[in-house]
Amino acid sequence: MSSDAIAIPNAGTEARPWVEVVHEWVTTVDHKRLGILYMVYALMFLVVGGIEATIIRIQLMRPHNDFVSPQVFNRMFTMHGTTMIFFVVIPVVFGFANYLVPLMIGARDMAFPRLNAFSFWLTAFGGFLLYFSFLGGNGLYGAGNAPDVGWWAYAPLTSRAFSPGHSSDYWTIALLVAGFGSIGTAVNIIATVLSMRCPGMTLGRMPLFAWLNMFMAGLVILAISPLTAAQAMLCVDRYLGGHFFDTQAGGSATLWMHFFWIFGHPEVYVLVIPAFAFASEIIPVFSRKPIFGYPVMVGATACIVFLSLSVWAHHMFTIGMNSYANSFFAITTFAVGVPTGIKIFNWLGTMWGGKIQFKVPMLFCIGFLFQFLIAGLTGIMQGAAPFDWQLTGSYFVVAHFHYVIVGGILFALFAAFYYWYPKITGRMLNETLGILHFCLFLIGFHLTFDVMHIPGILGMPRRIYTYEPRPGWGTLNLIVTIGAFIQGVAMLVFVVNLVYSYFKGPKAGNDPWDAWTLEWSVSSPPPPYNFASIPVVASRRPLWDLKHPEDPDSRYE
Amino acid sequence: MPCVLRVTSDEAKYLIVMVRSEQIRKLLSKAAGIAVLLAGGLLAASLCFGASDNPSQLPSIFDARSTPTKWIGHLSYFVLSITGLIFVVVFSLLAYAVVKFRKRPGDDGREPAQVYGSNQIELAWTVIPILIVVVLFLATARVIHSIQDAPKPENAVEVAAIGHQFWWEFRYPQLGVVTANELHIPVSAAAHPMPTFLTLLSADTDHSFWVPQLAGKTDLIPNRVNHMWMDPYQTGIFLGQCAQYCGTQHAKMLLRVYVESPQEFATWIHAQQQPAVLDENVAAGKRVFETTACINCHAVGGSVADGRFGPDLTHLMSRQTIASGAAENTKENLRLWIQKPDAIKPGSLMPAMQLSNADLDALVDYLETLR
Repeated sequence: MSSDAIAIPNAGTEARPWVEVVHEWVTTVDHKRLGILYMVYALMFLVVGGIEATIIRIQLMRPHNDFVSPQVFNRMFTMHGTTMIFFVVIPVVFGFANYLVPLMIGARDMAFPRLNAFSFWLTAFGGFLLYFSFLGGNGLYGAGNAPDVGWWAYAPLTSRAFSPGHSSDYWTIALLVAGFGSIGTAVNIIATVLSMRCPGMTLGRMPLFAWLNMFMAGLVILAISPLTAAQAMLCVDRYLGGHFFDTQAGGSATLWMHFFWIFGHPEVYVLVIPAFAFASEIIPVFSRKPIFGYPVMVGATACIVFLSLSVWAHHMFTIGMNSYANSFFAITTFAVGVPTGIKIFNWLGTMWGGKIQFKVPMLFCIGFLFQFLIAGLTGIMQGAAPFDWQLTGSYFVVAHFHYVIVGGILFALFAAFYYWYPKITGRMLNETLGILHFCLFLIGFHLTFDVMHIPGILGMPRRIYTYEPRPGWGTLNLIVTIGAFIQGVAMLVFVVNLVYSYFKGPKAGNDPWDAWTLEWSVSSPPPPYNFASIPVVASRRPLWDLKHPEDPDSRYE
Repeated sequence: MPCVLRVTSDEAKYLIVMVRSEQIRKLLSKAAGIAVLLAGGLLAASLCFGASDNPSQLPSIFDARSTPTKWIGHLSYFVLSITGLIFVVVFSLLAYAVVKFRKRPGDDGREPAQVYGSNQIELAWTVIPILIVVVLFLATARVIHSIQDAPKPENAVEVAAIGHQFWWEFRYPQLGVVTANELHIPVSAAAHPMPTFLTLLSADTDHSFWVPQLAGKTDLIPNRVNHMWMDPYQTGIFLGQCAQYCGTQHAKMLLRVYVESPQEFATWIHAQQQPAVLDENVAAGKRVFETTACINCHAVGGSVADGRFGPDLTHLMSRQTIASGAAENTKENLRLWIQKPDAIKPGSLMPAMQLSNADLDALVDYLETLR
């Protein structure tokens, strides 16, 4: 296999007009560039969502605070949730999938490059449309602003009677458009993985990253469709005289809940399965061992995908379903914890007997393991429906899902950034700043989200702009807010590192981590065509085989 | 080329078992202690808060004062001990691995044994979690059934709770009582059980009735009828609030449940069943009430006012709070509430009544007689 670059005539050493550069990026269909566009887009909205969270936390740091009005606060938590899920985590996981899947399977691009670009711009437009609501939500009636109905937009709060103006419409249509973008990318990922693997790479020799992103893509298609349908029905209700969710006219509020959560629960697995993919690539490299139990990791993820489609009403334990329905969703919720736990054990098994290097990606992965374990266990607690009748709708569940998304997914994402930044930019991120980022974020995260469980236990509901001075609530909320500021500082360190290292970081070379998958066989950054000649592989770790010809993986599995 | 140690699955198992038996026992006991302290610390911290001078003022889910919350409490301790145990075991293994298998300084650069998996180990850590799931499910299903399918006894107090933006309407259909925001129910002693069964309805959006010490929360959903029950075994005042986002003032849709002795409850019911007090001295204020828009939303029993959009005011002064708990029921607050509701609960559906000072004073004097 050759990693020699092919000389490109007139490869630009002279400065080009900026218009030309921008045009190139806007019209690109190259999976690597689209990947970077997704990642930068997500990072921008991560900052915006973080500002919204900071406003929330300042308002809540003491009882009866008046930092913002209830109207503004309600818009903040709605926009924070909607932004983080649809315009941060989904784009960033698509970004990494786009960038890495073709490289890892020895392909030159995704199966449908133009669909790829179209999907990105749909998602991007959706985000801008949602944020235009701050300006344009006033519409004809002078009412409404950014949406303030919560990121689940429960009916009938979203009906014209209770949400005048157009703020709810911005929520509905922005997500509807972005949803089509997600489906396009999902189709692309599946087609790429199934049909564009290089010679010798059977499905059983594909990196787990590719498997897991394919599972994620399948789940996207299954999950986004009911959400899109519900949003269309909501538009019909609001403007075309429909009454699907219009309870004043005999419609059903719980119908919206079912549609939304049939999307909503698989959605959180869409968010977390790529985090599993990052961990499954990074932990082996820094433990210097192959992933423990590759076939079971694939099988367990398949089980998670199927089971995640059966648990949705655990978000609805309090709506008055009968005891049989509640019991059903309790057991499916417990059941989905089994394959998830198995994956944690397999990562542990990978580390066991290894030679663990505590580089920054591995630090974040260890944090991910610890925190995802706890998050999964608080999820199991809420699977016990009667316990959930106390915990849901309170700050306990807010702490739980932030533990998954921040403590689990974001930590794995940071690991992925530190691990693949050298490949994408050709430069290493600064190790000292990385360790500082990790330590600050770890402290801030635990200060905020460990403590946040307690107000929930003490009776504090969620989505409240202020609260009574009940014993402990004020102090606990203050600690939570302090932790949020520490996390903000850590994010600043991260952004500084990203920018500084782009210009001043040490050159990375092809393979700074001594890793084993195909992306490390090409230059950093890769040439536009990825591989001079398409590689031929004989095992799951083609670079291990190259580096250890006396003892290749192909001899054993 | 560095020499690589390659082991088969069986050899790996042997190595792992060997390593485990020596060091795991030592580390497990140490880590178990630490982890249990950590895990219990969270619980202890929350339980600590229960030990204040006025225990009823802290709506902790672990301070059960009613049968459903007691059962939920038992289930939750069971679930917590299982998840706590899982945490201790897995965390210990993680901590051990991170310490024991770290790359040492002066490492020879050889790759460690490349172990691909182990069928026996993976089977074990599949079967054990499945067994745990079965146990958890049986315990959970039992409590679900006990609470949700509990039969309603003959002497149960029946209350219809109707959720509004942003207040609670309570009706006692068999007793002919309509009130708002503050629920009075009798204590239910073990010898003479007298539970309260609530029917939950909504006039507008979704709400949720949550008084953590008395029952798990149940939602009030428009166009749907839900049910819940509680049987408090101690008297006192128990606090709660709406737990499903219902709009701008969701945060101040507070709940108070007064659990009283049967005699006190009967006295209260009797007082609530009376028509409004008619005091000649406040005729001017009554006139203001009945000739402005007040009667469109509010009802006062025995008068022309029969609006249902807002709380029933017949016995307004029997309540300790106004605006669904947002303010103490004092003359100043009442005056402010009518003059400028946004000062107390911005975004609530009570309009600023634009009354002159004289009218406002007369009106408040009238309302103050509605005991």
